[in-house]
Formats: sequence, C-alpha cells, structure tokens
Amino acid sequence: MTTNPTTTTGSGNSLENRLTAVLPGDVDFASARHVAERGTHLSVREGVVQPSMTGHDEGVMFTIWHRGGLGYGATSDLSDAGLASAVAAARRWAIDTAGHALNGDGFSGDCPLEHTVGEFESEVVKPVKDVAFADHVDMLAGHESKLGANGDKRIVDREASLTFYDVESLLVTNGGGRVEQLIHQVFPDIRVSANDGGNTQSRSYGAGVFCGQGGLEVLDRHGFADAAPVLVEQVLELLGAPNCPSDNMDLILAPDQMALQIHESIGHPIELDRILGDERNYAGTSFVTADMFGNYQYGSELLNVTFDPTVTGQVAAYGFDDDGTPAKRTSLIAHGILQRPMGGAVSQARSAMAGVANSRACSWNRPPIDRMANLNVEPGDSTLEQLIEGIERGVLMETNVSWSIDDSRNKFQFGCEYGRLIEDGELTTVVRNPNYRGISATFWRNLSGVADQNSFSVMGVGNCGKGEPNQQVRVGHASPHCRFSDVAVFGGAL
Amino acid sequence: MSGAGSVQSYLDEIVTWATSGLSSGEVLLAHLSGEDSDFVRFNGMSVRQAGAVTQRDLSIDLIDGARHAQGAVSLAQDPSIDRPRLSALIDDLREQRAAAPEDPYLLYATEGTNSETSSSGSMPSPGEATNLIIDSVGGRDLVGVYAAGDTYTGFANSLGQRNWFQSSTFNFDWSLHLRADKATKNLYAGTEWSNDDYQSKIDWSLQQLAVLDREPIDLVPGGYRTFLAPAAIQEIIDMLSWGGFGLKSHRTLQTPLLRMITDNATFDPTIRITEDIAGGVSPDFQTEGFRRPGEVVLIDGGRLVDTLVSPRSAREYDVPTNGAANHESPVSVAMAPGSLPADGVLTALDTGLYVGNLWYLNFSDRGACRTTGMTRFSTFWVDGGEIVAPVNVLRFDDTAFHLFGDQLEGLTDQADTILDPSTYGGRTTDSYRLPGALVREMSFTL
Repeated sequence: MTTNPTTTTGSGNSLENRLTAVLPGDVDFASARHVAERGTHLSVREGVVQPSMTGHDEGVMFTIWHRGGLGYGATSDLSDAGLASAVAAARRWAIDTAGHALNGDGFSGDCPLEHTVGEFESEVVKPVKDVAFADHVDMLAGHESKLGANGDKRIVDREASLTFYDVESLLVTNGGGRVEQLIHQVFPDIRVSANDGGNTQSRSYGAGVFCGQGGLEVLDRHGFADAAPVLVEQVLELLGAPNCPSDNMDLILAPDQMALQIHESIGHPIELDRILGDERNYAGTSFVTADMFGNYQYGSELLNVTFDPTVTGQVAAYGFDDDGTPAKRTSLIAHGILQRPMGGAVSQARSAMAGVANSRACSWNRPPIDRMANLNVEPGDSTLEQLIEGIERGVLMETNVSWSIDDSRNKFQFGCEYGRLIEDGELTTVVRNPNYRGISATFWRNLSGVADQNSFSVMGVGNCGKGEPNQQVRVGHASPHCRFSDVAVFGGAL
Repeated sequence: MSGAGSVQSYLDEIVTWATSGLSSGEVLLAHLSGEDSDFVRFNGMSVRQAGAVTQRDLSIDLIDGARHAQGAVSLAQDPSIDRPRLSALIDDLREQRAAAPEDPYLLYATEGTNSETSSSGSMPSPGEATNLIIDSVGGRDLVGVYAAGDTYTGFANSLGQRNWFQSSTFNFDWSLHLRADKATKNLYAGTEWSNDDYQSKIDWSLQQLAVLDREPIDLVPGGYRTFLAPAAIQEIIDMLSWGGFGLKSHRTLQTPLLRMITDNATFDPTIRITEDIAGGVSPDFQTEGFRRPGEVVLIDGGRLVDTLVSPRSAREYDVPTNGAANHESPVSVAMAPGSLPADGVLTALDTGLYVGNLWYLNFSDRGACRTTGMTRFSTFWVDGGEIVAPVNVLRFDDTAFHLFGDQLEGLTDQADTILDPSTYGGRTTDSYRLPGALVREMSFTL
C-alpha cells in the first residue's frame, strides 16, 4: 500500500514520522488521524460535458484523552508549526473538559481506545486510472445521449455522471498503534426527467445507491451500461400513468428502496449514540432503548440484519473504524430479535453494552461518532416471483425519491419513483408518485417475505448526515426484494 | 497557520503566484473558504466532544478559451506546502481540460469589482463559554453544540479581481430535555455575546420546559388550526428553496412551484419572499466572481417574480446572472412580516396547534409542492388562547399552496433572524428572516 503519509511536507521528514513525533507521551492517550481524499466528478448533462471537478482534501486530527478530559485539534496545515498548534488545541480542550466528563453508568471517562496495528485496502479489479479521462467522458456522453428519447420534447432534463474517490487514512497513537487504510469508491448516476403539462416525473439509476468500492467493475454490478434506455422508457411511461391508489395493501420494495428503508428505520434507531442521547438536539433520539437488546421483537422471524464491513466491494467496507477498532461481521437482528446496537468503543464504555466497530468520521476535520457502515438485510429463500404470486392486491415500488421520519425514527413516510400494481399475483399497471407510510416499531413485524440471493443487491448511500458539528458519510446497504403486509400506500397530489 | 489576520493576504499571495505560472490566454478563478473554529458538543450537562478546527480550502477553475476544468485543494497556508500541491492540481486540470470539449455555458466575471467586508466579534473564550453554558441551566438536561470563531470567504482571479468576506461569530444551538422526546429548542447566535441576552433565551427555554412537564396528548390525524413559529417556517422555506427559486429547476419544470408556471397557482397576496443579501450575513460575491445584488425578489403578491440565476444557467437560458451560486438556492432568505401581533399569537390561534419546530421535511409530490414532515420539540395544544399540554409528534402532509395560500390567515408582524447553525464541511453563513404563520387548517396524517 502506498499512501500519502510517506510523503514529505513541510520538513525533511516523512509526515508519518512527524505525526508520531508530536504525539504527546505525557497524556493518557493521544492519536493522530491523517486523511487525504482525492475525488473526481465527471458529468454530461443535456448533451453538454460539464466541467470536471477534481478535489484533494487533506488534513490531520489530533485527539487527546487525559484525566477524564477529551479534546481534539484538527488542521489542514501540515507544517511543523501547524501540527504543533493542533496538538496544543487538543491538549487545551482535554484540560478544559476534564471537569465535565462524559456521562454514563459507571463510565470513568478514561480512554477506552486501544493501540491497534493493521492495514486495509479496497479490492480493485478494473482500476479507474487505467482508463483515459477522455474515455470516461465519452462513455458518459454515450449513456446520456440515450436519455434523449430521439428528441422527444417531453424529456426536460437528463444527466449521467461518475464520481471516484480514493481515501487514504493513517491512524497513529502514542502507544505504538498504526492503522493504514486505502479506500477506492465509485459513485455512478443517471437521471432523466420528463414533463407533460403539470406533471413532471423522474427516473434515476437507483437514486445513487448503486455505488461501491473497487474500480470500474462497480459499473457492471448493477447494469450501468444498459440502464439509460430502460430509465427513459419508464419515465415516459410514468407521464401517462395514474396516481398510485390509496389503501392498505401488500407492498414489495425493490432493493433500491430497501436501502433507504433499512437506513432510516433500522440503522439510525439502533445507533448507540442516539440511544445515549448525543443526537437529541439534531438527528434525533430513538424509540429503541437499551433494555430492548436481546429480547425485542424488531421484525418478523424473516428479518436478519448484519453489520458487515467485511463485504468486499460494498461502499463502507473497512478493516478498522476511525478509532482503530478492528471490524468484523456482527448480527444485529436475528430472526426478528434485536441483538445489539451499533456503537463504537466509546459508546460501549459509556453504556456497558457490546457494540461494533462503527466509530467513523467524515474526514480529518470531524471527530468519530457512531455511524452505520455496511448494514444489510440478509437474503431469504423465496424467489421474487413467489413474493409477487402471493399477493392478491398490492404494489411494487422502486427507487427512493422521498424520505421523512420522526426524530425517534418511528413514524415514517417514504416515496418512490416508480410503482407497479400487483393484482392476483401478477404485476399490472404502472403507477406514479407511489408513497407509503408506517411506524418502524410495527412495520418490520409485517415483513412477510424476503427474496433470495438472486434478488440480493449490494448498494450504498452517499449522503448520511448526522452529528454536531455536522458530518456526512458514505454507508453501505444490501438487501433483496422484501414484502410487507397491510401497509398504507397512496399517490400524489391532494 | 500564520495567523487569522493573514488569510486574506495569503489568498492574494498564492493566486498571484499561481497567475505568474499561467500560460498565455489562461484564466484562473479561485475561491477560498476557511475557518478557525472551536466546537463544544454537550449531552446531559457533560461535554461529549470538544475541539478546534483550522481549515482552508481553495477551489479553482482553470480556463483556456471556452475549455476549462475545476479543482479544489486544502491549504496549509504555508507556501512550501501549498505551492507544490496547487501546481500539481493545475497540471492535472490542464490535462483534463485538453480532453474536454468547449463548454458553451462557461461564464465568469471579467470586469468584476473588488470588495472587502471584515467584522470582528466579541465573545467569551471557548473554555469560558463552556463553563458559562453548563452553569446557566441549573443541572437541566442540555444537549447541543457551541461553535465559535472566524470564518473566511474570498475570491481572487488572474484578472486582478479580489473579494473578501470575514466574520467572527458564535452559534449556540441547544435543546433542554425533560424526558424522552419532550424538549424545547433554542438558538443564540451572533457576533457580540451578551450574558443578559443569552440568559433571557435560557429563561425562555426553562419556561417552555415547565409546560412540557404536563401530560402530553395524542391527536388523531386530521386538519387542525395551526400556528407555525418562525423556526417551523424555516423548514418549509428550506423545502421551497430545494428547486423552488432556481432558474434551472424552473426551465426544466422540476420546481416544486410547477403549478405557478403551468396553472397560474399563487400563494396568498401577502407572501413576499426575497433573497436578501443586504440584510443577511453572507458574502455578496460567488465562485465565478459575480457580485450579488442586495435583493432579488422571488415571490411578491403571492406570485413568482424572479429566480436565482447562476452564471451557468445564465448562459444556458440566455438571461443575465444575478450572482447566484450554482445550486441556485437562496442563502439569505427573507419573508416579509404581516400584521398579526407576534405577542398575541396564542390569542389569535384560540384553539389549535402551536408548532415550535418542524423536522425532516420532504416532498410527497414535488410537482404539487406537497410536503410531509414531523412536528418536533415545542409543540402544544392551545385552547381558548392558553397552552394546555404538549402534543406527541405528528406527521403533516400538505402543500405550500395551502399553508401559504388559501389556508393562510396571517403572518406575524415581526420576523425572527435565524443564523443557520449548519456545519456540514464548514460553518455556513446562511441566514433567514422569517415571521410566524397562522394557518386555518393544516393536514396531519399520522
């Protein structure tokens, strides 16, 4: 692995050596977390190649724990003076907060972090850099042109884009810890909108969820090359489609909507920092309480959920979280019963509960907090056809377009781009503006079918927001099609 | 970093240096954003996390004729680090630009004017603020974040234009919690910290807590007479700002105000919404070097007047730019107040819902401007002009054409200034000036 910490900036010494050298030895725990993210965004919209955007974001965060105090200092100044100033800021805050230690049952405020050693790098089959910049643009232009529907005037906007990230991180501690990770991510997208008078409809390539780690093989996983003609056909179909009916009925969610459903009504509710109250002023609390783990019936017996940063190619795969805790696959919900929360080492110490390695920061300038990584609904044993065949009256919804849920992560309302009615076991009429609403605490108990491996999609979400100060991270979700009984569905307009 | 006061001169220095390395005919646009901030995160009267962040980011656009490529790089504010890094980026962009076709929508300021706005502030040291905050709430369950320090925004180009905006601010965004989700939220932000002003806001929160201590009630879904406080209006405005006021979303018919275009739908004649740069705290320049006018009237008399036009949209749709950012959303939005006495909203409401905050809004039908979201924090049932009890969270699903249209009874005669506490990527300078709204009937569904 060749990463940035071996480069030289500001002095004749390597950055890694300089980071290690400035870590104070007279405190309980100190770490330096260096992050360098390089990203490139390419886009073609309405037949016009948009200006490319190439970013290089780099900095370091020092964290100091001492006598119950915790402070951090982060800087984009990697000169010797900049590093020293950031260490001084972290030390100052550790001292200033020593009298206001973290709350928790029996938590002493002492640092629960360890001095881990390890490495991780994304697997890449088709490196992005092996394809010339112009060829990436040409490929996008080719897909984007297919969205034009041979000049159909009803197409009012269309775009195809690709975003690549290479994220290098190095965590070193004052006890010899060293974790080096190199993540390669690809985010493809296609969007097309059509209008007919007062009716505008849009279709997209999974609303951005068909992302992943690796190289250009990410595009192959969900049929990026063949997506445009299908999307443009469907968006025109939606223009003439009736609104989704309003009624209680069976609902099948495609994987690209399941990603959102998992994210909002399983992922966030079982984040341990929410349960501990950290997010009550911003992202919210949770209807889940600490006493539910091990006994609460979160869903039907068909529901099995794992925290799994070991899934190769999923967008939030990693070897270690940003506190240096080694990551491993962990069951969170087994046969419908809630097993454990998603909480990193600090939250585990505060709550005296077992958790997972999910302490993550969006970059060098924000401290790690409890986040989702790869959070997946495991496949069942039904075929998609069997799920559909079992429905007398229902709807199948694809691709998220709207999401809203209360601050306890209970009362939700979600909308999709594309719906199809299911009547007497068969897919029938296409419907527009399909929405549904429910309550997390009961919705998952109505899970009546989980499709098998053939329907299983490995996906991700690129914009999960949380934390004070605010952080936006990329998380992974995987799921097959799932069927839910007796759901309130409805269409658009009033 | 060599000191906050030198950020402006450093931008000038590094862009001048980069300009000296440009080829004949090349143009460089550069936009700096940065901050020296302290953040203190509270939970349950304890400090969850506290620290300092120093960051400088430089975004550039490297232009040659109608071809260009854009990039961004973190700055150390040390030439020995930044010059090689910026030089490498420029080399990459030249390579990309050579492979790109001409951009028919490229537009940047060529005759821009220089400007400089710097304001200092007065506030306690971060450590003092931490102690002051903890001491002020008397052991109550406090959750939130205090952010303070200097923020910087600058523009410089190889044509010699220079613009600078710098301010020193604090923003304390907190809630006091009684139990479960029963809490009251408030914000204290500005440039000059006043212990008296701060304490009055804390006292308001404590008074709200006393009401929240009453037994909460569950309301069944249906239509309710509702007062929306300014913080709740902010959430609705944020949704309208998601494509509602930008030229591109209007021309591509993806705006939530589509019915204003296709069906001549209107808001109530009292509704006036503006992009009020003159009255806000945001820079009056943008990334392509264009200056923003003091005001852009978006809605007046309940009808569309103008849209926010980025330079790119200006080229695409052949209209003049008004200095909007590429996202074409307002950054300093103002809604004109009405005539409803702000100190008499409970009396005017009489019987119905007082909604202090809304949360997690989204469109349930964008084309119809139909929006859903949740009540949160201080939401009360009012009977006969008196607060009776807190109300458990409710989901609404309604359109702005009702809330700001046929169901609007009135806007308060005072508008609150809200400095956005958002810190994604960095501390924002966005702000709002909004009244409260009394709505005859608002639709709640869950």
